[in-house]
Amino acid sequence: MTIPLPSRAVPTVLLVLVIACAGGEGEAPPPEAPPDAPDRLTAVEIEQGLGPIRDLQLADVDAELAALGETAFTTKCSACHRIDSRFVAPALGDVLARRRPEFVMNMILNADEMVRRHPAVRELLAEFYTPMPTQVRDPEEARAILEFLRSVQTASLSPGEPTGDR
Amino acid sequence: MRRRSNGALYSLAAGLAAATVGIFACQSGRGPAVGAGDMASAAQAVYVAPGEYDEFYAFMSGGFSGQLTVMGLPSGRLLKQVPVFSQYPENGWGYSEETKAMLETSYGFVPWDDAHHPELSMTDGVPDGRWIFINGNNTPRVARVDLSTFETVEILEIPHSAGNHGSPFITPNSDYLVASTRFSVPVPNRDMSIEEYKGNFKGTLSFVRANDPGNMSIAFQILMPGYDYDLAHAGKGPSDGWMFFTSYNTEEEHTLLEVTASRRDKDFVAAVNYRRAEECVAAGAGRDMPADYRHNYFNEHHIAVSDRETSVRVIEPSDCSDLVYFLPTPKSPHGVDVDPTGEYIVAGGKLATVIPVHSFSRMIDAIAAEDFEEVIDEIPVLRYESILAGEVENAGLGPLHTEFDGRGFAYTTAFITSEIVKWEIGSWQVVDRIPVYYSVGHLMIPGGDSAEPWGRYLIALNKITKDRYLPTGPELAHSAQLIDISGERMRLLLDFPTQGEPHYAQGIAAELVMDNQVQFYSLDDNTHPHATKSPAEARVVREGNVVHVYMTSIRSHFTPDNVEGIRVGDEVHFHVTNLEQDWDVPHGFAAMGANTSELLIMPGETRTLVWNPTRPGIYPFYCTDFCSALHQEMQGYARVSPRDADVPLRWGTGGEWQTR
Repeated sequence: MTIPLPSRAVPTVLLVLVIACAGGEGEAPPPEAPPDAPDRLTAVEIEQGLGPIRDLQLADVDAELAALGETAFTTKCSACHRIDSRFVAPALGDVLARRRPEFVMNMILNADEMVRRHPAVRELLAEFYTPMPTQVRDPEEARAILEFLRSVQTASLSPGEPTGDR
Repeated sequence: MRRRSNGALYSLAAGLAAATVGIFACQSGRGPAVGAGDMASAAQAVYVAPGEYDEFYAFMSGGFSGQLTVMGLPSGRLLKQVPVFSQYPENGWGYSEETKAMLETSYGFVPWDDAHHPELSMTDGVPDGRWIFINGNNTPRVARVDLSTFETVEILEIPHSAGNHGSPFITPNSDYLVASTRFSVPVPNRDMSIEEYKGNFKGTLSFVRANDPGNMSIAFQILMPGYDYDLAHAGKGPSDGWMFFTSYNTEEEHTLLEVTASRRDKDFVAAVNYRRAEECVAAGAGRDMPADYRHNYFNEHHIAVSDRETSVRVIEPSDCSDLVYFLPTPKSPHGVDVDPTGEYIVAGGKLATVIPVHSFSRMIDAIAAEDFEEVIDEIPVLRYESILAGEVENAGLGPLHTEFDGRGFAYTTAFITSEIVKWEIGSWQVVDRIPVYYSVGHLMIPGGDSAEPWGRYLIALNKITKDRYLPTGPELAHSAQLIDISGERMRLLLDFPTQGEPHYAQGIAAELVMDNQVQFYSLDDNTHPHATKSPAEARVVREGNVVHVYMTSIRSHFTPDNVEGIRVGDEVHFHVTNLEQDWDVPHGFAAMGANTSELLIMPGETRTLVWNPTRPGIYPFYCTDFCSALHQEMQGYARVSPRDADVPLRWGTGGEWQTR
């Protein structure tokens, strides 16, 4: 049984006040899109992901940077990601054949929004169930992880192999 | 209809419509008459819309819970329980290997205390939001809570004290907090007849260096006559450098104090010139007395350690002239409160009919003129009339505590008449009063004991609840009441229940605390010797009959989540590192049959649960803090074999077994 409020007049007044406040302040953040209705993304966002990284210029793989990235990967990513096989999350040995490097870095740095809004990531969530957490906030660390992933991309995984990602 | 009548309850059970009528009728039957318009206005004043924040943090002592409760004002919403002096199975405080040492004392492990007075750190006499301190009464201690993590980070035991009630009141720049003993005892404590109290039992006033986290220490203790020392407050502005302590039982009685300690017309406020004490100590006055007490703190690995201290500097008024003066104060004073200007010292005489207000400047003049009534144990007693600024008459019965609004008014609780009395500083006239429900002890205005109060809200901390809420058997949550003091008349806004006994409270503007929050601990900075900083480091190591499980947790699995090779008689240490690096993702850990609580491990942190398996079998462990859609999948198994089994040690996650 629901315990009613002491007076019918009070909730009515409260409701009016709430509406008045919400309308009057104008500071309330825009409501989040419901999780089953991602908003429409631009072509660039679809391709490069949502986040701070755009239009990377990549040189040859920097082995020193990749080594730093491997350390970070081991600590912050390897609980779920393997290079050569599907684990809790997709294998990453061929990720750069499927995703642009900007997408990879935005996924690392801005996982929450990517999971919430990017259709490709939402499809992954539907398959893997575990949303990727944000583990890295430093763009340089994310860049190092990208370099590590570049260094381990392998041709041995052919498209269609069951890595879990498409 | 009275609220306690059974009619209200029956009508609740009878149905919705009847309940509406019943409760409405009941509410109109108690407390002040409040019209629908006033109720709506009060509701608006305390309404914090979904997603919005409160204006103030309120820190309510847990009293006999030993903890600290954090609430929002004006909503009265519960934000957090911070465990301090009592074990707290909800997050493993005092159970996990990393926190047990915080509750060590010279008496061994003490899992509980009675925590009365939260006290915010201050800069220039104003709360600064760095730390909040709180006292342990029963086994005398003071604790520091870090307000960037809302975690107790340091506890110092107070030697030569018994009943650390008058504590931990702080000086305007947090140089010292004080700890005055409620019970006088032999110093050093020893076996003797209780009847030999007079002259043999002593009180101590301790000054604790508070400004250096992890390094609280006792600068000095002042050995005083054997009274009961009750509460304290520091001077500020002109009275900066002085600390004021109330005392009662100046009769020095040891039995039936209810009668025997109420005989004298006046007891004392002890005014201590602590800058003078510093000079005397620096000049070598007093002596280092052997003592046995503990200092507990987190080391650089965020693991609590307990250091044993063996000495404390003790000075007596006879060692140091001009150190202490007694201000006669009627009758058995309880609270002592200094107004925002620092000129007025208000003492609430529990049994007095007026509130005496002492003048600091008149006190200084009287000292200069040596206008003394008598001298007790080399402590001059000033003449009441010479130091009095005024007496507030008709201030209710049983005045206890006073806080200030910064606009020239003071607010005093009257316990016996259950009311708060507002009076004007200077004219000493009562200008307003409001009943509270029931038997109010302390009150709290955010910053109301500081140089700059946020004089908008007042909370009455009531001792008796009776009929204020739906009844819950013999024991009821203590009641707090929020009162709007922004206008000429006080206005009751809200009742809300509290945890334990919210004996005293502190409040601070939200922005001084909320912007400094730690959201998670950096894994890179985790130097715990048993940290597992990646799944690749996860492993199980046997050292004799001690088995260390180096485990990681991340949404939503443990590594390893299968362990074999544990034997009956082993002592298993689960060292769980939470690899998450995001806000609000703690993971829990619990193992079936463990004779301890769960662990709650913050992101980036390592915590250890010790488990002593006693029977062979398969033992599940799991994450207790709902962490993701697959939280219920976050589980694992430990296999326990007989004592003499030779099952090899192996572990893994995802079907990949490892043995080294």
